[in-house]
Amino acid sequence: MKAIAWHGKHDVRCDTVDDPEILNPRDAIVRITSTAICGSDLHLFDGMIPTMQKGDVLGHEFMGEVVEVGARSTLRPGQRVVVPFPIACGRCYHCSKHEYAACENGNPAENQDIGREGMGQPMSALFGYSHMTGGYSGGQAELVRVPFSDVGPLVIPDDSIPDEKVLFLTDILPTGWMAAENAGIESGDTVAVWGCGPVGLFAVQSAFLMGAERVMAIDHFPHRLELAQRFGAETVNFEQTKVYEALQDMTGGIGPDACIDCVGLEPTAPSSTT
Amino acid sequence: MADAPTRKTRDDAPPTAAKDLHADRALLAEAVTIAAPRADLYRFWRDPANLASIMENVVRIEPIYGKRSRWTVKAPGGRTVSWESVITHEVPDAEVGWQSVAGAEIDNSGRIEFRDAGPRGTVVRAVIAYDPPGGLIGQTIARLFQREPRVQARRDLHRLKQLFEAGEIATGARNRRLRQERNEDQRP
Ligand SMILES: NC(=O)c1ccc[n+]([C@@H]2O[C@H](COP(=O)([O-])OP(=O)(O)OC[C@H]3O[C@@H](n4cnc5c(N)ncnc54)[C@H](O)[C@@H]3O)[C@@H](O)[C@H]2O)c1
Ligand SMILES: [Zn+2]
Ligand SMILES: [Zn+2]
Repeated sequence: MKAIAWHGKHDVRCDTVDDPEILNPRDAIVRITSTAICGSDLHLFDGMIPTMQKGDVLGHEFMGEVVEVGARSTLRPGQRVVVPFPIACGRCYHCSKHEYAACENGNPAENQDIGREGMGQPMSALFGYSHMTGGYSGGQAELVRVPFSDVGPLVIPDDSIPDEKVLFLTDILPTGWMAAENAGIESGDTVAVWGCGPVGLFAVQSAFLMGAERVMAIDHFPHRLELAQRFGAETVNFEQTKVYEALQDMTGGIGPDACIDCVGLEPTAPSSTT
Repeated sequence: MADAPTRKTRDDAPPTAAKDLHADRALLAEAVTIAAPRADLYRFWRDPANLASIMENVVRIEPIYGKRSRWTVKAPGGRTVSWESVITHEVPDAEVGWQSVAGAEIDNSGRIEFRDAGPRGTVVRAVIAYDPPGGLIGQTIARLFQREPRVQARRDLHRLKQLFEAGEIATGARNRRLRQERNEDQRP
């Protein structure tokens, strides 16, 4: 199959690699119909994330058609699925609390050492995101092996819904939604969102759905700020504007009720908070 | 002497976590919580055929007679190490202790405890004491080659957890060929 493989910093190629296979009873193989590039992939591209190996297949936002299933998968060949990026067993303590991103079993035992030694606790498992998160091949490929396929994948029963309407359920929409949820937004609030990438744009829309009256969107790319504006946000371009001063003035000296960071790693202009 | 310091009173932490452990005898404890009944885990543990499926370093476990068995495990440098081990005590559904027989290449002893953890299931805890082969330098080499007993114990317990909770042992490999290669990478 063809797959996007990491070869080093700023060196990502479309390679021909051997196909995935069912290895465990709960596995499924999915033929990809749509996949996205996440802002998080830029950190891999820039060589920021340790424990990448040459030939690692990238991609953690993907959907497609089930083509093969293991004996204990609940999926059926032919089903259309959206696959969330955390690889979770559904049976451990954290999974029982719906904290799938902290699953204790998705990451193979030998790859748990890295997080354990480096950060005190092992990382959970993700698709296509280095060996400390399991070393799983990702979905920027024609085919992908999906472990614990009875837990993560969402079956899309209605064929009339286009991929673009559901693909973002893999990661980027829930990430923006949860950021807004964590901000404890109350009806009538003013919310400031840093970063107007996909996460930021989803956070803007989520904030409005949660009752925000005003949202200030901060970035420096005019086309991204335009998108935020289209969703109802007031824009602040940190290249032209002193962000702190603008926010104080725009909120009548009170400041925003909630601030959401949707920039994360590798900010381009650390001065945008002042 | 009236002003002699009184004997240091110990805190509530497990002694295996003490800072003043004797440097040339390694002592370690690793614990894992598994959402499964204590009796099931104990029964699994007591069957040597099961242990080989979760312990990546174990080449084979051969029963000798009674409470004795011969263990052969991978060691740094592509070697294997083998010794005879005897079960020193067992409390059904709660604890198994072992001790290597005098003259073993790696003198080792330990116990596996199974403790109820309420709604979270069972805590399985391994306490292992051993004389590192080649002293501390040998231990450093073993660590480099991922044969360090603490790391091994932790991995083995996590594979036990995966098997009982998830019903399978997780692998990040894409297919059989790559899984084989990864397993070979684990070899020194
Ligand atoms: N589940 C998760 O934890 C999760 C999921 C997706 C993304 N992320 C992370 O969230 C971040 C955003 O993801 P994305 O896909 O939207 O990325 P992106 O790179 O498309 O967008 C980031 C935006 O932030 C802007 N920016 C940079 N520095 C800024 C600054 N100082 N002030 C204001 N804006 C600034 C950039 O111009 C860019 O438009 C990334 O770091 C990504 O790794 C995390
Ligand atoms: Zn992502
Ligand atoms: Zn889990």
